[in-house]
Amino acid sequence: MLRFLAAIGAVFLEFLAATGRLVMFAGLALATALTPPFYLRAILREMVNIGYFSLPVVGLTAIFTGMVLALQSYTGFSRFAAEGAVATVVVLSVTRELGPVITGLMVAGRVGAAMAAEIGTMRVTDQIDALTTLSTDPLRYLVLPRLLAGLITLPMLVLVADIIGVFGGFLVGVYRLGFNPEAYLNRTHQYLETMDVVSGLLKAAAFGFIVALMGCYHGYYSRGGARGVGQATTYAVVSASVLILVFNYLITAAFFGR
Amino acid sequence: MTETHVAPKISVRGLRKSFGRKRVLEGVDIDCGSGESLVIIGGSGTGKSVLVKCILGLLRPEAGSILIDGIETIRLKRAARERLLNKFGMLFQGSALFDSLRVWENVAFGLVHGHNMERQAAKEVALAKLAAVGLESAVGELRPAELSGGMQKRVALARAIAAEPEIIFFDEPTTGLDPIMADVINNLIVKCVREVGTTAVSITHDLVSARKIADRIAMLHQGRIVWYGPTSAIDCSGNPFVDQFINGRAEGPIQMEIRAA
Repeated sequence: MLRFLAAIGAVFLEFLAATGRLVMFAGLALATALTPPFYLRAILREMVNIGYFSLPVVGLTAIFTGMVLALQSYTGFSRFAAEGAVATVVVLSVTRELGPVITGLMVAGRVGAAMAAEIGTMRVTDQIDALTTLSTDPLRYLVLPRLLAGLITLPMLVLVADIIGVFGGFLVGVYRLGFNPEAYLNRTHQYLETMDVVSGLLKAAAFGFIVALMGCYHGYYSRGGARGVGQATTYAVVSASVLILVFNYLITAAFFGR
Repeated sequence: MTETHVAPKISVRGLRKSFGRKRVLEGVDIDCGSGESLVIIGGSGTGKSVLVKCILGLLRPEAGSILIDGIETIRLKRAARERLLNKFGMLFQGSALFDSLRVWENVAFGLVHGHNMERQAAKEVALAKLAAVGLESAVGELRPAELSGGMQKRVALARAIAAEPEIIFFDEPTTGLDPIMADVINNLIVKCVREVGTTAVSITHDLVSARKIADRIAMLHQGRIVWYGPTSAIDCSGNPFVDQFINGRAEGPIQMEIRAA
């Protein structure tokens, strides 16, 4: 019994220690933003990498999500003659939930994994130590630009995903389900509030930060050659995905939990 | 080799470092004079790289003292540490070139980021340093992955000397190179130390290299310096650890751990 309790205690203590390490890592990296030098080119490069190169996969995911949402809500709502709500359901679901969450998860898979692999490889090949010996703070040079780029770029990406997702719903609504285009657009616009979009964009900023943080953190502390880098990549994607879902609930509860 | 009576450039006393239960350094004492080339030899896993990383500040020791130019460096604040790092150059065992940058950008990195030099001026210095290690300027436009191991080592050497540091550390500079390329690297290191007056600390298993580049040799075994003396004295050291190591004998006081970890 005592051994069982000790095992639970050890897991809990390790969880607290890991949380502390993660918060310290993020805090130290963000603190480097307060003093020069600033690597603006690195931030722009990461923004292009996260935003521009994620557009195809995010766009495809968003359009099919919007299309499926229109079909599903139509078949569900037709059971109690509420088909007219399809456009409203599509736009609210996409802007509040599906746009940010699906974009966050896709970027976690594409960008978070790449960050962990790149920084992890730099760690195991002494490139991070080399940066230090060349008087360059690795947190400032490698981590901060990625954190800022994630924070800034994900909302832009989600805005594009929102538009494409709503357009997907519009295509199915008009060409498959026979809605009048003007009426569909009116219903889309009628019940949409600024807070619906803003809450989604705030979620996106949080998710962008989470994806970049988990990618950088697991890469930075990777150990043990190729296997260690592979593990870091897996941890980065899994932990970012879980945290996205947890923070999605927390932010939703904060905005709409009345 | 001349005896120096001024304060040593690097002075290490009682240095201890462990990783979990494994004690790697157990009280290392060693000095390196200004303009001197010190080579640390020893078997694999004896803590040579850990010692160098402690001096560079990449690892924090549990106890001991590291003086550079007479100043204690172990608990330096970040800004002071960055200033200190400007005195250092380092050639890593695996070269540690930045894959995402071109060769000249690798060589110029410390100049641009550590010394705030303009990119164009830094590029000119980088190309001059590449020429000094026998590489053409066209190589500067390539990526590290496009170079052979020997060329990567030379680029890493060019990067280590680019900012003309006061102290250069060489971690296994000739490992993995053919004998001719190893001799080219040795000559470049000797040229660097003798002509520029740089202080050099090298760690190696390669005794041919050690004899060529060292003024003094220290042997590290089980976390302690077991012998320290001029290169000319290594063959008559009278130290059983040194004798076994330089003659490459399996029998002797050094017992290799052959059990898997």
